[in-house]
Amino acid sequence: MIEAAVIGVGQTKYEAKRRDVSLGGLVRKAIDKAMLAADVDWDAIDAVILGKAPDMFEGVMMPELSLVDAIGANGKPLLRVHTAGSVGGSTAVVAASHVCSGNFDTVLTVTYEKQSESNATWALSPKYPYTPHINAGAGGYFAPFIREYIRRYDAPESIGWKVAVKDRLNALKNPLAHLQIPGINENMVAETPMLWEPLRYLESCPSSDGACAMVISNKTLAESRNPAWIKGMSLRSEGSLTAGRDQVNPPAGQNCAKDIYDQARITNPFKEIDCAEIYVPFSWYEPMWLENLHFCDLGEGWKLTERGATEIEGDIPFNMSGGVLSSNPIGASGMIRFGEACLQVTNQAGDHQVDGANVAMGHAYGGAAQFFAMWIVSNKR
Amino acid sequence: MKDLYILAYAQNPIVADAKAANEVELIMPVVHEVFKQTGFTQNDIGFTCSGSCDYLQGAAFAFVEGLSAIQTNPPIKESHVEMDAAWALYESILKIQMGDAETALVYGFGKSSPGDLSFVTTLQTDPYYLSPLWPDKTSLAALQAQLLINQKVTSKQDMYIALLECITNAKNNPNALVTNAPNEDEYLAAKNLSSPLSTFDCAPISDGASAMIIGTEEVVKKLGVPKIKISSIHHQIESSNLGARDLSTSESLLGLSEKMNLGNVSFDFAELHTQFTYELPFIKKILNLGDIKINLSGGPLAGNVMMAAGLDSIGKSFELLKNHDFRNGLAHASSGPCLQQNMLVHLEKIDD
Repeated sequence: MIEAAVIGVGQTKYEAKRRDVSLGGLVRKAIDKAMLAADVDWDAIDAVILGKAPDMFEGVMMPELSLVDAIGANGKPLLRVHTAGSVGGSTAVVAASHVCSGNFDTVLTVTYEKQSESNATWALSPKYPYTPHINAGAGGYFAPFIREYIRRYDAPESIGWKVAVKDRLNALKNPLAHLQIPGINENMVAETPMLWEPLRYLESCPSSDGACAMVISNKTLAESRNPAWIKGMSLRSEGSLTAGRDQVNPPAGQNCAKDIYDQARITNPFKEIDCAEIYVPFSWYEPMWLENLHFCDLGEGWKLTERGATEIEGDIPFNMSGGVLSSNPIGASGMIRFGEACLQVTNQAGDHQVDGANVAMGHAYGGAAQFFAMWIVSNKR
Repeated sequence: MKDLYILAYAQNPIVADAKAANEVELIMPVVHEVFKQTGFTQNDIGFTCSGSCDYLQGAAFAFVEGLSAIQTNPPIKESHVEMDAAWALYESILKIQMGDAETALVYGFGKSSPGDLSFVTTLQTDPYYLSPLWPDKTSLAALQAQLLINQKVTSKQDMYIALLECITNAKNNPNALVTNAPNEDEYLAAKNLSSPLSTFDCAPISDGASAMIIGTEEVVKKLGVPKIKISSIHHQIESSNLGARDLSTSESLLGLSEKMNLGNVSFDFAELHTQFTYELPFIKKILNLGDIKINLSGGPLAGNVMMAAGLDSIGKSFELLKNHDFRNGLAHASSGPCLQQNMLVHLEKIDD
C-alpha cells in the first residue's frame, strides 16, 4: 500500500450559531486553515472529498453540488461521503484511500455541519412511510444501550457525570471548542435536567456549527512537512436490525479496532497508544468504547474512567480537545477526532497537547451504533 | 496499478411507481442476482459501497435501512455516497487498488415517485441565491437546451430522432419502463413543460435499484467469466454557478476526454446518462462520437432510476460487451443541473 500522511488540519471555531458565515464561508474557513498548515496551493490539490451528515440538517440536497466553488473543486474530481454520524471519520478514510490507491498525490477533504439551520432531533427522527414513528433523536436511541451497560457491570451513576466534567475541563484548554463552562463540576452536571434516563442535559453533546478540513498527501510532499503518518485505517458496518447483535459492545466496532491495530502492529492498545480522540456524544460512551476498542476487559471501562486514566495526564487520555461533548457539528465531528489525533502526534495541539504523544487514535461511530471509522496516526513513518 | 473487471450486474425492472416497496425490497433482488451470477456470498465481498439520496426518500438515513438488504453478520467493510452509485463504484475501485479488497459489491437505489422530482432537485441549487426562486430541474435543462438550439448544435428534429432511437432500442431491454415513442407530429405538437422541453424530452419518473460486483484479475480468472475490464474511469465537476459556466459546451467532459485519450479509442457504442433528449446530440458532439451506436439499452429516456442510472450506463455497457461482438464501450454518468458533474468509463473486452 502507498503511504499517506495528513500534512494539514484546519478547524473553525465551533459555536451554536455561526451567523457570520454562509455554508460556503464556513467550509472555506476550515479549508484555508488546513491549506495554510499544509503549505500547499490549489494547484497541488488533485481531488476534493466532502462529507456531512444528513442533507436535511441544512435543507440542501447533495450540497457538494452548490459548494463546488467554495471548496475549490471546480475542474476536479469531487466525491461526497455520507455514512451517518461516522461520516467525518469515513470521509477521512475515503480521502486517504484516494492517495493510497496511487491515483492521487494530494487531496483535500472537508466536513461540516451548520446545525443552526435546522433542528437535528427532528431530522434524526425520520417518519418513514409504512413504519411506526420512533421520534427518539440520538439520545433517546442510545439511552437503552447505556442502561444495559450500567446493568451488566453495576457501574455507579457518577461515572457519566465524571466524563461530562473531564471533557468540558479539556475544552477550556481548546479555544475552538463550543462549550466553555468554567468551574464545571459533578454536582453541576447532576443537577441538570434528565433528558433520557440516565443521560442528563450536561451529559449530552451540544448542537454546533463548524467545519474541519485536512490535506492528505503521499510521501513525496509529506516528507517535507510535519506529517501525521496514517499507520492503519478501516471502516466497519453492521445492520441496525441484525439478529443477536450486541448494541452495547457492537462487533463492528471491535472488528474495526482490531483491523487498525493489526495494520499498525499494535498488540496492546492501552500501552502502545499515547492518546485517543474517541466519538463520545453522550458521557457513558467513554467507558463503553474503552471496552469495545480493547483498551481494557469488559466491565473494566468505567473503572478506568473512575480512576482518571482518561484525563490528559492519565494512562490513556481520551478527548483532549473536549470531544464531541464540547463541540458537535455532526458531519464534521468524526473528522475533528481524526484531525485532533494528527495534531497530537505532530505536537500542534497547544494547551491540550499530551506530552510526548507519538501514536494517536481517531474514532467515529454512527447510525444505531453500527457504522465505525477509525485510524491510527504516528509521527514516525 | 491493479486491473479491475466487472463480474456481474443486475437491474430491477424499472417501474413508474414501486408503491409501498421499501429500500430493502428494492435492493434485495438485485443483490441476490449478482450473487447468483458469480456464485459469491457476502463473505466473498471485500468492500461494499452504495449510492442513494435521502431527499428522494424524504427521510434522513435512507441508506441505513438499505443496509438491511445484505448480510452484515459478521460486520462488513462498507461505505455510502450521497451520489449516483457510479461514484460508489469509483470509491470501491480505490479500495481495491490500495489493496484493501479483491472484490466489491456496489448498489444504487432510488424512488422518485413519492415526491415531485423536478422540484425536489431544486434543493440541489445554491440555497442563498438560486433555490429560493425555485428553478425546477426541467427549467434549468431548458436553459441549456434553448442555448444549444440557438447555436444550431441541436434542433427539435434532432431531439426527436434521439428520442426515437432510444425508445426503439428500449424495446430490446426487458427492464425498460418506456417502449412507446410518439410520432413526430405528436412530439412537435406536445405542450412545453419549459420551452423548448416537453414531457417527451424528459426521462420518466422511475423507481428501482441496481447492483454490480467487480474484482481483480485473479478473481475474474478464477470465475472463468468473460473479461470485461474497466480500462479507465475518471470524473470531474464544474462550477455550481450557471452564469459562470458556458452552457454551450462541457468543460468537464472535454477535460475527461483529453485525460482519457478518448480520441485514440475506437468505441463500438456509448451508454450515456442523458436525462433530456437534447443531451444526446450535445454529448455526441462534445465527445466527437461520430455515428457510433448510442444507448442501445434505451438509456435514461426509457427509464431513469435516480442514484442508479449512472451505474446502469456502466452495467448496460458491461452486458453489451459480454453478449455481443463488441470490443470497446464508453459509459457516462452525470449529476447536478445542466450536466454539472460527469464521469466517463472506458470498458474493454479482453481476449484470454
